[in-house]
Amino acid sequence: MTRNLIALLSGTLFGVGLALSGMMNPARVRGFLDILGNWDPTLVFVMGGAVVVMGIAWRIQKRMHTPLVCDQFSLPGTSLIDTKLIGGAVLFGIGWGLAGLCPGPAIASLAINQGNVILFVVAMVAGMGLFGLTERKS
Amino acid sequence: MLTMFPEAQPVEGLIGGLIIGVSSALMLLGAGRIAGISGLASRAIGLSRTGTPWPMAALFIGGLLLGAFAFQALSGPIEAHYAPSTGMVIAAGLLTGFGTRLGSGCTSGHGVCGMSRLSPRSLIATVTFIASGMATVAVVNALGGGWQ
Repeated sequence: MTRNLIALLSGTLFGVGLALSGMMNPARVRGFLDILGNWDPTLVFVMGGAVVVMGIAWRIQKRMHTPLVCDQFSLPGTSLIDTKLIGGAVLFGIGWGLAGLCPGPAIASLAINQGNVILFVVAMVAGMGLFGLTERKS
Repeated sequence: MLTMFPEAQPVEGLIGGLIIGVSSALMLLGAGRIAGISGLASRAIGLSRTGTPWPMAALFIGGLLLGAFAFQALSGPIEAHYAPSTGMVIAAGLLTGFGTRLGSGCTSGHGVCGMSRLSPRSLIATVTFIASGMATVAVVNALGGGWQ
């Protein structure tokens, strides 16, 4: 129960942070990626702020035996750097550059229902489903 | 400070980033989970069967919408300019959905949570998708597909 509340609160804060930071504006995100053109460094500040807070959080996490409201930490343990990781990042990067949207801002934008973001999210879900199909075959 | 980049919003960006950091820290220290949105979204809509328990994933994703909605309700319309081409948006969505699952993460999971953990895997993923995004924008601009 409490962990569900934490998830809701965490998601809500994340949505507020995305909205305030300007990252729900694809033109601004695209501006960050437009390194050869009219570069907009705002994303560096967003990422920097988030990484600093999380850097502290990871230090605290090392001293904790269990999370505050759950029995154990469930964290990714893999350190494998393979073609799936690189290939996935390349494909995601192409999508990110084309539309200026990544999953968080795209989903949050459904709440303000602007532009063609719904098409992006439907296509994104289809892409995730497609990946699920290829996984099942292999 | 940023006179070279008149369009930048460093203050809003930094404060928003700090809030995103607190959100991710709450998920990590409170519930012991990574606030990785591509993974949580895939879980919330039932496309992956393992990982974060479904109610948590669904509530986190619902919270994302709630947070953006509340922000707009309190502070006015969120500025957003989207890609002009519908075909480009659909292709981008497909690539983002497939790519984030194949690469096990996106800007939140690899970019924020993984980089701050100094995970080599996440550092490589983040550098790769930023480089790939930058190359894509450069190519689109060169082909005359710019937004403005």
